[in-house]
Amino acid sequence: MDLLTEIGLAHYLTLAGILFTIGVFGMFLNRKNVIVILMSVELMLLAVNINFVAFSAYLGDLVGQVFTMFILTVAAAEAAIGLAILVVFFRNKGTIAVEEIADMKG
Amino acid sequence: MDLNLVPLLPEIFLAISAMGLLLVGANFGNESTKVISWYAALAAFVAIMITLNVPSDEEAVLNGLFKLDLFASVMKIIILIGVIASISLSVRYLIQQGIARFEYPILILLSAVGMMVMVSANNMLSLYVGLELQSLALYVLAAFNRNSLKSSEAGIKYFILGALSSGFLLFGISLIYGFTGTIDFEVIQNTLMATETIGFGVTFGLVFILAGLAFKVSAVPFHMWTPDVYQGAPTCVTAFFAMVPKIAAMGLLMRLLFEPFGIMADQWGQIVYFLAVASMIVGAFAAIAQDNIKRLLAYSSIGNMGYVLIGIVAGNEVGASAVMLYLFIYMIMTAGVFAVVLCMRRNDHVLENISDLSGLSRHNPALAYGMAILMFSMAGIPPFAGFFGKLAIFNAAVEAELYVLAVVGVLTSVIGAYYYLRIIKVMFFDEPVDAYDSGFPLARKIVLTLSVLFIVGFIIKPGVVLNAMQAAASSLFVG
Repeated sequence: MDLLTEIGLAHYLTLAGILFTIGVFGMFLNRKNVIVILMSVELMLLAVNINFVAFSAYLGDLVGQVFTMFILTVAAAEAAIGLAILVVFFRNKGTIAVEEIADMKG
Repeated sequence: MDLNLVPLLPEIFLAISAMGLLLVGANFGNESTKVISWYAALAAFVAIMITLNVPSDEEAVLNGLFKLDLFASVMKIIILIGVIASISLSVRYLIQQGIARFEYPILILLSAVGMMVMVSANNMLSLYVGLELQSLALYVLAAFNRNSLKSSEAGIKYFILGALSSGFLLFGISLIYGFTGTIDFEVIQNTLMATETIGFGVTFGLVFILAGLAFKVSAVPFHMWTPDVYQGAPTCVTAFFAMVPKIAAMGLLMRLLFEPFGIMADQWGQIVYFLAVASMIVGAFAAIAQDNIKRLLAYSSIGNMGYVLIGIVAGNEVGASAVMLYLFIYMIMTAGVFAVVLCMRRNDHVLENISDLSGLSRHNPALAYGMAILMFSMAGIPPFAGFFGKLAIFNAAVEAELYVLAVVGVLTSVIGAYYYLRIIKVMFFDEPVDAYDSGFPLARKIVLTLSVLFIVGFIIKPGVVLNAMQAAASSLFVG
């Protein structure tokens, strides 16, 4: 019954694992819009953050939380660059549908 | 609290120069691109000089975040040589294409800082920050020609797959942190040595980290982005991509696998073994069908990364020095090849097809003979330098009793010889089309000449390069 009444490390890791998987699948299965892919990337990074914070609390070690701060900062920069590239692409192509990103193949 | 910043001087200098040049660029605008480019190349040269004069030692500084051993110094020098070569190749091309914006050399410098941090990383945090600094600059470079649909598509593909690989890498790092309790390479190494059976969690984390890094070195099956990005990005950016970032990623991979995870060689050996075989085979066969020279070079680089990974599977000093030698020779050859590819333009239009090279030997014999030597060297035909790179790799494989890898390597390099020799055939025996636009810039000629001279002259004095690589490789196995 412990598993149901007390929230422990395993619960956090499972949650992070599920979120990470949703993020990965969101990238591959989504055929509609690039913005959804950017959201999936964020989801993956947040899953990693949950992992780090859970381990940090479990180990009683602050390094994991410091790492989380770095990931948050870099993720913000990454999102800014990703959106900028997306805007450039939209200007050239007039759409951001995933199927349309297929000028080069082979 | 010790604060020894001396080992970081090359990075600090390069970062400050990049900021300074950014101010200059913001003040004087895009007309200053040419000047800024040459100053950026000069800054990279000064950084080489600083690296040569900073004593490299085995002690990590900044609380174990950063380590400048001989391995890191040599890798940094190789990276900076690549940076200088690619800036020299870029200037005229940027002006011709009308994309001469002053951010270009600055982005290259910033990504160089990231790459130098990567090869010096002694902690998962500095590894991650270095890798991201490099990647973020590269995403922007891929989309640098913002009026071109292809370039922005290359940027978006590179960004999406790069972000995915960062996600994998981070997930792996978080598992390693959780199951070993630390992110410091030396402590990870000691923890793993102290445990009797290495847990499932650590292995799982290592697999994720390897998947993330395999994206960065474009090893099959994580290579999908490479041909599209190479084709879509402006050619001078492709030259930079082909030369430099993979060296940094390989350096990072070597440091990570040999130092903290050296004890898990059985586990990662299998994965890298598979990556090596798959990359060699896909690189050899997929390149045959290509018409576009940039795509062909992309598949060629995938195949070459397969050869490099053989040296990593070997997992010893011989393998590591073979990897460094191969990477260095490959970088020099690629610089020369792209010097030729950048010359391919007619009536102010960029040409990218292999058929556009036809009859080059009649219009421009110097260019054709240079390219022919480079192609022979890429195919691994003696006495050119490319042969010695392959020889070192296969020698390491045989010494480590990896006979299957050596055999696959030789077979795929024979297949690879087909498409390199086809380029020579097109240049020398096909019916000539009109000549290219004349007036190749001096810098491009110098890069091509130096590259060809190195490749031809390597056999005369191979010891100079070999000894440096061996010394650097042995510093990796001290701990």
